[in-house]
Amino acid sequence: MAEGSKDQGTVVMGTATSPTTPTPTTITITDPEEDSPNMIVYRKIEDIVMRIQDEKAGGVAIRTVKSFLSKIPSVVSGADIVQWLMKNLSIEDSAEAIHLGSLVAAQGYFFPISDHVLTLKDDGTLYRFQSPYFWPSNCWEPENTDYAIYLCKRTMQNKARLELADYEAENLARLQRAFARKWEFIFMQAEAQVKIDRKKDKAERKILDSQERAFWDVHRPVPGCVNTTEMDIRKCRRERNPHRVKKSVYGTPDDSQSPSPVHIPSSQPARKATREDVQKEISFLNIQLDRHCMKVSKVADSLMCYTEQFMEYDPFVAPMEPSNPWLTDDTSFWDLEAGRDPSQQRVKKWGFSMEECLKDPAGRDQFLKFLESEFSSENLQFWLAVQELKRRPLQEVASRAQEIWQEFLAEGAPSSINLDSHSYERTSQNIKDPGRYSFEDAQEHIYKLMKSDSYARFLRSNVYQDLLLARKKQQPSDTEQGRRTSLEKFTRSVGKSLTGKRLTGLMQSS
Amino acid sequence: MCDQTFVAITFGPCDRCEKNFPLMSIYIQGEAATYCSFCVDTMACEGLTKGETLVTLKNESDSLKKKLEEERNKLHDIELHKVAEKVEVLGALPIKTRRVLKGHSNKVLCMDWCKDKRRLVSSSQDGKVIVWDAFTLNKEHGVTMPCTWVMACAYAPSGCAIACGGLDNKCCVFPLSLDKNENLAAKKKNVAMHTNYLSACSFTNSDMQILTSSGDGTCALWDVESSQLLQSFHGHTADVLSLHLAPSETGNTFVSGGCDKKCNVWDMRSGQNVQSFETHDSDVNCVRYYPSGDAFASASDDATCRLYDLRADREVAIYQKDSIIFGATSVDFSQSGRLLFAGYNDYTVNAWDVLKGTRVSILFGHENRISSLKVSPDGTAFCSASWDNTLRIWA
Repeated sequence: MAEGSKDQGTVVMGTATSPTTPTPTTITITDPEEDSPNMIVYRKIEDIVMRIQDEKAGGVAIRTVKSFLSKIPSVVSGADIVQWLMKNLSIEDSAEAIHLGSLVAAQGYFFPISDHVLTLKDDGTLYRFQSPYFWPSNCWEPENTDYAIYLCKRTMQNKARLELADYEAENLARLQRAFARKWEFIFMQAEAQVKIDRKKDKAERKILDSQERAFWDVHRPVPGCVNTTEMDIRKCRRERNPHRVKKSVYGTPDDSQSPSPVHIPSSQPARKATREDVQKEISFLNIQLDRHCMKVSKVADSLMCYTEQFMEYDPFVAPMEPSNPWLTDDTSFWDLEAGRDPSQQRVKKWGFSMEECLKDPAGRDQFLKFLESEFSSENLQFWLAVQELKRRPLQEVASRAQEIWQEFLAEGAPSSINLDSHSYERTSQNIKDPGRYSFEDAQEHIYKLMKSDSYARFLRSNVYQDLLLARKKQQPSDTEQGRRTSLEKFTRSVGKSLTGKRLTGLMQSS
Repeated sequence: MCDQTFVAITFGPCDRCEKNFPLMSIYIQGEAATYCSFCVDTMACEGLTKGETLVTLKNESDSLKKKLEEERNKLHDIELHKVAEKVEVLGALPIKTRRVLKGHSNKVLCMDWCKDKRRLVSSSQDGKVIVWDAFTLNKEHGVTMPCTWVMACAYAPSGCAIACGGLDNKCCVFPLSLDKNENLAAKKKNVAMHTNYLSACSFTNSDMQILTSSGDGTCALWDVESSQLLQSFHGHTADVLSLHLAPSETGNTFVSGGCDKKCNVWDMRSGQNVQSFETHDSDVNCVRYYPSGDAFASASDDATCRLYDLRADREVAIYQKDSIIFGATSVDFSQSGRLLFAGYNDYTVNAWDVLKGTRVSILFGHENRISSLKVSPDGTAFCSASWDNTLRIWA
């Protein structure tokens, strides 16, 4: 196989299938262990392509078309392919079928007979199916020497339809420069190919030529077209041909190095499961068995409930006030959200759950202020402090944790919180070696407490109800409680001056 | 004198005690080994007493798996899409491309939104990381990484820093300054170090910690300031491709997906794998939590996206179509969780009705594979990054 004798051509081209229907026996047998992602797609496409060509099983009719002075063998119209795709893959919109068909063509499974650009058109344009020999699933990575032989061969054949396109002529010129020293060899190979081709039947030659051309259209695409042979580098090492052993299309030995650097990620051999691995798996499975799970019906109801509650806040599903900035180029929506006066809709969200309330900085502020006004804000202060602790850089964690202990939990702490004895025990143990998670138990306990107690009170409070019902804000002295802090007064006046007339106008209209 | 036949014996270090003795060739659980006679006796007795060969352990594991499946199936009383039949059908979505971000000279591999809802960072195979104001199409910052294929990038919650990495196996952080003339690269800080490519990175709720996933099969949590490893997460048996932090304020969990077809949920505090899901037929390219944090979606090379619920501990929906044969590379939920946007290797974005399991829209526009897709923090738009060198904003 290594010598460049003229018999190589027959071996290569002879294995191509007969021009009409490719028979299943010529398809390479798949390795059942293969798991390369590309292969999964190729197998699906190959299944589709085989079904399209199987006329007896509802495929399209592949026939010879009479044109001008000659006959065009083994073709199908684009419209037929589109129709088949729509019918057999349950596609409702022809645009989708055209898109999918174009992708299948771009991968190299069928091609327009008179165009280098591999797309599918929904009209009378004629297409031919690619020979399984040239299918991408065979992991072709053709060398430039092969491409050079091919282009050289084309120039030797005096046929109008085989004339080089501009980009091909450019490629040839470039290759001639690159392979200047071995051009004689390449020329010889090309001559040998031409000789062999001449011996073939005319119709068969037409078909094989077009298939060969389509092969190169995939591997050396027209400039501007997507190169579908490009791979996701993360998945490279699991390709069927991980060491990129180069197979020559024309049987020439590979004595040239690939000019472009290729990143070959170090292949990791699959680790065999050891006893420890299986023991870990067993303990994991036991934990899973002990887990209390919910029924799917319950879970479904919960998902539906959540989604329904938030749908009015979903810009893709519900209309937005005043408008979606991306659509109208008007940033009012963002300005309002950033403003100090939250909208009714936003205030309503705080009532969905304490989580939602705390997630929104404005909600968190209001909640805190309410608690301060009741002189019961230590719990929330503690919770917020612990959240903040977890966000600190490592070297600040220990000292900050100590501070939190002193502030909230130590004997005689200024903002003493009420913990159950169990959590208190655990936390005082943890604080001996202070870390990011020292207060997890305490935080969890306090969170539950706030949810059932403080949060519920907040929702019932006048402050919250006022915001929710967008009651017009009176002067501080007119309110029932009259205990607003000076900070709150300040922020409200700042808010008013920022959002001014626009916001009040909005409130009036809603 | 009689003829004596001598059995050829090897003499050398024993596989078990490593001392030099005459050795015997034996087979342990199908594996060849050479032990000295003393070790052969000891091992044979051990085997008899413990009864825990790899084979018996595997059998135990298999039977537990079967039992677990049975238990879970008992709770599978109805399909999500069945329950969702009473939900109103969504009208046609008038989603279009609203912005096209051009500037990268090669495939865009990753993107992340800033919390300010309009800025984003993107990274590309050309080695460039760009910070954009997507609203005005303005490029605000740019940095060229020494290594091409920058596969992961993230925006810090404060909006004052970005993180990125890829084939260099590292994740580094760049503080963003208001001074546009300042050289970003000068302030680079190497934070994470893996033994294979960095596939994803994400800041936790602060600028001070970064969570990373890698082709080396692990995830890791790092302290940004000291570059110290805080916690590592082992369990995947192949490359980890994606991770997402749970949206809960109180939670300390995240989910990861990898080439071992698994989606794993982890406890950040202990490093333990808390839950695991394996129903995909190929690599899991992307995982994203449902907004409530009770479920998550995954996108895979098997051309499907799936929804897994953590409370039911199983897959509850699968989003697939006969006409979708190319792998799904990225997913994200709309604000309410009603819609799931998924980007595919067939250059399209499909919008799925999460509850009903049907496809609502197919969006054309990109001219090559979609590598990354994220919904903006306030849900007003989503961004898709593609191998066609551009990013698109859709709304």
